[in-house]
Amino acid sequence: MTKKASREFGFETRMIHAGSQPEPVTGARQTPIYQNIGYVFHDTDHAASLFNLQTFGFIYSRLTNPTVAVLEERIASLEGGRGATCCASGHAAQILALFPLMDPGDELIASNRLYGGSITQFGKTFKKFDWRCTFVDVDEPENVRRALTPKTKAIFTESLANPGGVVSDLEALSKVAREAGVPLIVDNTMATPYLCPAFEHGADLIVHSTTKFLSGNGTSQGGCVVDSGRFDWAQNDKFPSLSAPEPAYHGLRFAESFGDMAYTTHAHAVGLRDLGATMAPMNAFQTLLGIETLALRMERHCANALGVARFLEAHDQVAWVSHAGLESSPYHALGKKYLPKGAGSVFTFGVKGGYETGVKVVESCELLSHLANLGDARSLILHPASTTHRQLTDEQRAAAGAGPEVIRLSIGLETLDDIIADLDQALKRAA
Amino acid sequence: MSEPLSYSNAYLLGILQGVRSIAMVGASPNWNRPSFFAMKYLQEKGYRVIPVNPRAAGQEILGETCYAALAEVPHKIDMVDIFRASDAAGEIVDEAIALKDKLGIGVIWMQLGVRDDAAAARAETAGLKVVMDRCPKIEFGRLHSELSWGGFNSGIISSKRRRTRIL
Repeated sequence: MTKKASREFGFETRMIHAGSQPEPVTGARQTPIYQNIGYVFHDTDHAASLFNLQTFGFIYSRLTNPTVAVLEERIASLEGGRGATCCASGHAAQILALFPLMDPGDELIASNRLYGGSITQFGKTFKKFDWRCTFVDVDEPENVRRALTPKTKAIFTESLANPGGVVSDLEALSKVAREAGVPLIVDNTMATPYLCPAFEHGADLIVHSTTKFLSGNGTSQGGCVVDSGRFDWAQNDKFPSLSAPEPAYHGLRFAESFGDMAYTTHAHAVGLRDLGATMAPMNAFQTLLGIETLALRMERHCANALGVARFLEAHDQVAWVSHAGLESSPYHALGKKYLPKGAGSVFTFGVKGGYETGVKVVESCELLSHLANLGDARSLILHPASTTHRQLTDEQRAAAGAGPEVIRLSIGLETLDDIIADLDQALKRAA
Repeated sequence: MSEPLSYSNAYLLGILQGVRSIAMVGASPNWNRPSFFAMKYLQEKGYRVIPVNPRAAGQEILGETCYAALAEVPHKIDMVDIFRASDAAGEIVDEAIALKDKLGIGVIWMQLGVRDDAAAARAETAGLKVVMDRCPKIEFGRLHSELSWGGFNSGIISSKRRRTRIL
């Protein structure tokens, strides 16, 4: 019986095993789908302990569910975090992540290149909670520093931006966040933990739309908030939900009672309890199946995407290609630093001819699917200006890299030559 | 800053499966204090937990009489769990070393955030097992899959089927 800790398991082992030991009663090896809501208490004292958060266990599936918990632990393990909270969608994850940090009148600083749906959620819907978001160009960390006020409660960016090719300098942003005493929240959806270990680069919290590469098949909606466990919520008085007595739990202070587990405990016991955006057990199961092959898929996604990017860059009808894996990209060096295994498979290119030509290329594809999702095994194509980014202003679209000539690709796992052939014929038909 | 401590799962499990009675130094009678949470949990798992706290001496906490000091505990104690600040730990450790044969103490456990490397070395020289900067409740939960229920990273990978039988 050695006192020293045993060796750590590798990423691929954890993507298959983390969180999922054999079910002890039946021996079932694959994670069971607990399509179940309530959990029997041993007695009233046990129930009281559970409701008081004095013991571990299940009460009601809006808060925690055994199948969802396996997915939470698996994502926490892959990200190298302390704990994770899954929820109904990536958008739900963004609300859930900010909920313990923000009070009415508080501020958030976010990248102006976030996914268009996030810009709408942060800029419009959050206003109804009186959460105020300032969007800045995070390529220059000074912009973030200048936007800080005493009301700022978080800095939010994507490690690899959707729609295309933009990589955040996480270490520089983390330095600004640390000096301000607020957490850096990183959306790691496009990169996944396989390509970008964001906690190692200074992220304090990570959010995911698990709908994308983690599930990998376009079947199951989901989101996740992962806590590094490293942010000290009691270092200042900015985060009373975590550091001050919580009336609903009779004056318990989460940061004191749960230490590095405070954030994730709060996200379940208060966040999911009251926001109610719970992940369905079936979706957790499908996402777990997807994650079992994450590393293999990401390698092929990246190789195919770089092949397509190089083909497009050499094409007469293409004005530009924005993929951090290309030497021509202004984000190439950041990509090498933060995404050394590959710069992802979601990127944009500009067609010569503008809006009309862009629409025609998209409509002429026969193998690539014209739809609004990402990270599927299938290659996907979209014209952001007419779809996902249509609710933005022209200026916001330009800042987000979603101008009129822009086409977004999410390159899948098909035979590379077939993806290229389909894009080639579509470009010819649009010429 | 000293290096973070690391303990093998087998070492921690060996301690948690071996001990039956725990003296909790710094146990609080207030139900929303962390020590109360830990005491109640450990009781539910079958441990006898004896509270030690001079400010609550003579009171009952969760059905057990609280004593002012380790020396006053009239029972056998397998493990001393220190729920005090790090600078108070050394004195408690020395007291436990002095009482180890009388009370049967075999393990010193210092709570999350509590660490005194010199005191730990003295205890180990005296033949005691030591754990620092860990919570027995969290470690018990982590090693028995309960921590996983809350979405936490237990760090445990195993394809062994756990047996459902009495120890």
